Amino acid sequence: MMTLEKLREIKEKTRPILEDRLKKEGKTEIREDGSIVLKGDYYKKQVRIALRNCEIINPDSIDDYIALDGYSALGKVLFEMTPAEVIDVMMESNLRGRGGAGFPTGRKWNEAFKYDADKKYIICNADEGDPGAFMDRSILEGDPHSVLEGMAIAGYAVGADQGFIYVRAEYPLAVKTLKKAIEQAKEYGLLGKNIFGTDFSFDIELRLGAGAFVCGEGTALMESIEGKRGMPRVKIHRTAHKGLWGKPTIINNVETLANVPIIYQKGADWFRSIGTEKSPGTKVFALVGKVKESGLVEVPMGMTLREIVFDIGGGVADDRAIKAIQTGGPSGGCIPADLLDTPVDFESLAKIGSIMGSGGMVVMDETDCMVDIARFFLDFTVEESCGKCVPCREGTKRMLEILEKITEGNGEEGDIERLESLAETISSASLCGLGQTASNPVTSTLQYFRDEYIAHIRDKRCPAGSCQALLEYYITDACIGCTKCARNCPVSCISGKVKERHVIDTETCIKCGTCMEVCPVGAVITR
Amino acid sequence: MEFKFDMEKNKEKIQEFMTFIDENRDKPGVLMPVLQETQERFGYLPAEILELISKELNIPLSEIYGVATFYSQFTFVPKGENDISVCLGTACYVKGAEKILEELENVLGIKSGGTTPDLKFSITPTRCIGACGLAPVININDETYGKLKVEDIKGIIEKYR
Ligand SMILES: Cc1cc2nc3c(=O)[nH]c(=O)nc-3n(C[C@H](O)[C@H](O)[C@H](O)COP(=O)(O)O)c2cc1C
Ligand code: SF4
Ligand code: SF4
Ligand code: SF4
Ligand code: FES
Repeated sequence: MMTLEKLREIKEKTRPILEDRLKKEGKTEIREDGSIVLKGDYYKKQVRIALRNCEIINPDSIDDYIALDGYSALGKVLFEMTPAEVIDVMMESNLRGRGGAGFPTGRKWNEAFKYDADKKYIICNADEGDPGAFMDRSILEGDPHSVLEGMAIAGYAVGADQGFIYVRAEYPLAVKTLKKAIEQAKEYGLLGKNIFGTDFSFDIELRLGAGAFVCGEGTALMESIEGKRGMPRVKIHRTAHKGLWGKPTIINNVETLANVPIIYQKGADWFRSIGTEKSPGTKVFALVGKVKESGLVEVPMGMTLREIVFDIGGGVADDRAIKAIQTGGPSGGCIPADLLDTPVDFESLAKIGSIMGSGGMVVMDETDCMVDIARFFLDFTVEESCGKCVPCREGTKRMLEILEKITEGNGEEGDIERLESLAETISSASLCGLGQTASNPVTSTLQYFRDEYIAHIRDKRCPAGSCQALLEYYITDACIGCTKCARNCPVSCISGKVKERHVIDTETCIKCGTCMEVCPVGAVITR
Repeated sequence: MEFKFDMEKNKEKIQEFMTFIDENRDKPGVLMPVLQETQERFGYLPAEILELISKELNIPLSEIYGVATFYSQFTFVPKGENDISVCLGTACYVKGAEKILEELENVLGIKSGGTTPDLKFSITPTRCIGACGLAPVININDETYGKLKVEDIKGIIEKYR
């Protein structure tokens, strides 16, 4: 059986060993307050709370986790606090859900706590569906116990004795790491019957997703755990009252749960001192796309997009000009470069037509076509719509068709208006968040990059030079007249005299790209 | 293309699979884990096994197909010995994943989602596999190849021939 005494012993025994190993590796430094942080410019401006142990501890070692105060918060709440007090602290900290919607965690817990039932459940949402994001994966693979401890604390708070982690099947290493972590925690008596010898019992079971984005939606996820098709439910009841198998259920995101233990170690005031007033704490982002240093960054809420991309990410790759930042994945929007000074928090991002989402942040440069990006996301939604309601199932398909038409150069007058009208209907008449937000990528690009749509439709031109069907091969005045392109063109549509600038007959050109490949001076461009 | 499931040859595997069902049959919501186990053990969901599950768990076959077809992870044709998942997530798309997929299709002579007739290779399009920092990426079996260029594909496939 685990006791507080034993926990301290493990900590005292393991900490020096861990510090020794870290010193040898040289990637970290120990601060005055005893905390261990990663060294280097990439980390300087970051504040790592949810990622506090990632890349520092060995995720397969529960002792490592304990060495850095792991499970001390669980011990503290079990011995020193009543469930009501645990919930009070959570409400005070104002930790908001990191899975996308930003709902206050304490309020959610309180709903389930107040509701009487013979059985309650805690679910960890590890379905991480936003394509282009991997925050939750990194936590699960780098620090699994923080999530388990967070779940156990939630279980104690609301009176649940059973937890489920619903994890994407695409993350095999995360599954393996979690399995091992659960086993170790059970062995130590930190999960299972009578934790720390108290009468609180809590078990955690893993359930695997099977590749359906919509299962990230809370009620669809519950359907899936129940062994059915993962279709969202009509929300007559709160899931905190009637959720999994009709019982009160708390569903929280991985990153949300990873924040939980440290809030009980350091207190709600400490947590609220970080970030902004309405969005306390930090947020982890997957900074990817055309950025120099891609990777995970965790920053205090309220930091501007510019600071994240330029000060941490080192700016745009190949030193091109930044065009937009996409946040929030398929439910989010494209933020144009002139709004880079927007602070990153739930409210500010919503105000400019995007969302915080789960933390995907894709940097795009001048060669990325905004119409095509909107098409990409719509293609995703069409594929992932569960089909339960007509506006989402049919409407998104119609939107996709229009976008395809435009990117293929067949756009017509009125297409933009048709997109806007469809967007409005779909957002207001869909059952779940997937449909309600499906048109955000389109409306946000229409808001900020309308000219690009118009160029595609009226001038049959893709300003970013990305839509294949609209590309035009063109020879600039850098041409030295070597004739190589003319000799290699499969349809002989390049004319010009030796040592004179050559010209492409765009009517005949089949856009094979050969001329561009063979030109010795890079005089052939697409536009 | 038709792939035939050989009940005789898989006899032992089926026996073990039955033990798994026996151990788990009372778990609530057991259908998904059972289907996942089926795919894990047989590489896909053979119709014969689905019928078996239907009998054992007392779930109508229609319901089983209803669930299995809903989730994109489940497949009704065998995967190749080397399954190549191509990430088509946002980060990879922005970095040219479509061209990588095209090249794979050309090199292997099959379409995305297909399996080569010799069962040696299959291409599975996937959403983000959580390696966006390395975009564009593909996974072959458990090996990840990142920061790919179209020119790299031929060489990588050669290693598995
Ligand atoms: C279509 C759709 C997909 C979602 N996918 C996820 C997901 O992958 N991970 C997640 O944590 N939340 C996802 N959510 C949000 C969940 O419904 C829910 O709000 C969240 O898990 C609650 O946890 P939190 O309060 O800790 O954020 C999704 C929502 C919708 C509508
Ligand atoms: S909005 Fe779309 S995904 Fe959501 S329930 Fe309706 S059809 Fe399904
Ligand atoms: S792209 Fe091909 S067809 Fe067009 S001009 Fe160049 S070589 Fe000729
Ligand atoms: S290959 Fe290049 S330099 Fe030579 S003629 Fe063509 S465009 Fe001019
Ligand atoms: S988008 Fe390809 S790994 Fe994430």
